[in-house]
Amino acid sequence: MPDKTALPVPAAGSVPAAGTAAPAPPAPPVRDGGGPRRRTRRHRWPVVVPFFVFLAVCFGLPAGTMVYGAFTVLDPASGTSELSTENVSGSLSGAYATGLTGSVELSAVTALLATVIGALIAQAVVSSPRAGLRGIVVSASGVLANFSGAPLAFAFIATLGTTGTVTQLFHLDRTGFSLYSFTGLVLAYLYFMIPLMVVIVLPALDGLRAQWQEAAASCGATRSQYWRHVGIPVLTPSLVGGAVLMFGTAFASHATAAVMVGSSQPLITIQIANALNGNVLVGQENLALAMSLNMVVIALLVMAVQIPLQRRSTRWLG
Amino acid sequence: MKAHRPRRVLTAAALAGLTVVVAAGCGSAPDDAGAKDSKAAKAESAADLGGMDKLVEAAEKEGKLNVYALAPDWANYGEMIAAFEKKYAIEVNNEDPGGSSQGALNAAAKRKGQSRAVDALDLGTSYMQEAKKQDLLAPYKVQGWDDIPDAQKQPDASFMNNYGGFISIGCDAKAVKNCPETFKDLLKPEYRNKVALNGDPTESGSALAAVIAASLANGGSLDDAQPGLDFFQELKKKGNFVPAKSTLATIQQGETPISIDWDYLNLGYGVKLKPKGVDWQVAVPSDGLYSRYYNQGVNKYAPHPAAARLWLEFIYSPEGQNIWLKGFSRPALLDTMKKDGTADKAAVAQIPEVDGVPEEPTAEQEAKAKETVVQGWGKAVS
Repeated sequence: MPDKTALPVPAAGSVPAAGTAAPAPPAPPVRDGGGPRRRTRRHRWPVVVPFFVFLAVCFGLPAGTMVYGAFTVLDPASGTSELSTENVSGSLSGAYATGLTGSVELSAVTALLATVIGALIAQAVVSSPRAGLRGIVVSASGVLANFSGAPLAFAFIATLGTTGTVTQLFHLDRTGFSLYSFTGLVLAYLYFMIPLMVVIVLPALDGLRAQWQEAAASCGATRSQYWRHVGIPVLTPSLVGGAVLMFGTAFASHATAAVMVGSSQPLITIQIANALNGNVLVGQENLALAMSLNMVVIALLVMAVQIPLQRRSTRWLG
Repeated sequence: MKAHRPRRVLTAAALAGLTVVVAAGCGSAPDDAGAKDSKAAKAESAADLGGMDKLVEAAEKEGKLNVYALAPDWANYGEMIAAFEKKYAIEVNNEDPGGSSQGALNAAAKRKGQSRAVDALDLGTSYMQEAKKQDLLAPYKVQGWDDIPDAQKQPDASFMNNYGGFISIGCDAKAVKNCPETFKDLLKPEYRNKVALNGDPTESGSALAAVIAASLANGGSLDDAQPGLDFFQELKKKGNFVPAKSTLATIQQGETPISIDWDYLNLGYGVKLKPKGVDWQVAVPSDGLYSRYYNQGVNKYAPHPAAARLWLEFIYSPEGQNIWLKGFSRPALLDTMKKDGTADKAAVAQIPEVDGVPEEPTAEQEAKAKETVVQGWGKAVS
């Protein structure tokens, strides 16, 4: 039986953990030689030290640098840096504010669509009598979920761009469709997000036991009543968890949109990349750090929704 | 309980391994501190080292040259590097050929004293000024220094114009019946879904230049880039603008049949697209005449100071300058070479003739234009 629907936690969520990571849990005091159990506990804690060192180095250090950088301004004349909220306020105004809201909007829309469509596809697979279908869908999803970035953008341009094969074949341009729009970006993102959601939600659907449905039926419940009162409530934590992960995936995506639409659809990841490593803006690294900080705050807010739900998720689908 | 000992050993091994990894990752310890104080590092011209022969000797002894973000298909850099390697016994290490100006600047600023620091920099003017501000440039006068026009070099020899070109309109003559020749033309309804840029003006230097040129063509000035944004907004409203970044692949596929870009890049595309059946025409728009140059400078903390100086001498020699010409860009010594006959005549003939004097922005004007474009671009074309 599959275990609980383990949800990979977006990297940003691990950042605050690093702050508490430095002091490793102290070893319990040992008065005498100690029984076997005590010895075990005493000798086991060093095993986690590498993990905490890893956390501190790979998450704590960058997070600290980011916060420090976001709140410092380098004076070009004297070369000294001083504390200031200039970068943070800059990152929350003008085009950068539009980029932040644009990213949140795009992530929310794609997360919602991917969750619903992905769950329906997964349910179709679970309830299908054909055993082979599952293998095909799972392996195809695994491959497609990793097909993103610049290659995906070019594949979309070649098929759905203004001279794309599908656009020409069905005269999509006459309907007013344009790949280089919010809708186009949603389509491209869903291409790798739906398969990802299928992979994530399948184990949760497997956890719904056939006996529950039989029990509901023998008490006189219809199929829709079963879903309304049993199926959906049990699945809710997994679905919300999946939606949070979808949100994070869309929120952090960069390369697909950069190649496809550039800055014509405002997205914060593209703005960060341009500020950090472009050919136009000079010395805007700290502004980029401030924008990253905004992203972390939003990721944390979204995560905060998920944590209480995750606690519940083990209750039924254990 | 047998498992304890091995586990502890493993832990210790893991810790030790991690320490090594971390230490290596942070490896900013100067590993070649001597280079900065060598004789070559202080030379401000070949004469300071006792002439070109001595410079070549010192450079070949170093045997290596680190450069950064020099795309082989950009302004003929591939040939420039190959020719330099062939002429001298020096290996050119070109890091991240697709990288950005900011990346190159970082590679100079953050690797002081390391053997992998970048030796010579090829940067846009604003990035060079930033490098100068950070005290990263060593003054050096190449042999042709006096022939470089005063407007194209810094009085203190910290950096100088290298090669440049004009904003141009590239056009697939098979897909587009009448190729546009001015910015005004681009608004015609026949160019629906056809006009693209080489990237995003908030990130790409050539796309930013296209917006400034469009501003000049539409009543704007070097002090005012807003008319350029308005132009692209109208282009978008008419349905002519394609936000996809134009590349050889999108041009060949027909997605971006018209692309505004530097003339040397568009002309280079023409050569590469010809065997693939694309007739790529290039016009320099008379209404938005805008030119910019890239600059060359030596890193003060160059790990191979002699090789860096020899690299500059090579680029500014008639041989190097003709390599730029063959790549369709205009080298800084072009006027002198035309006069004294060292310019490759066939190569000169390939470059579009330009009527009128192009406008060049000051640092302040450029910074202001960038601010306007970065803030307004998304709004204009979304």
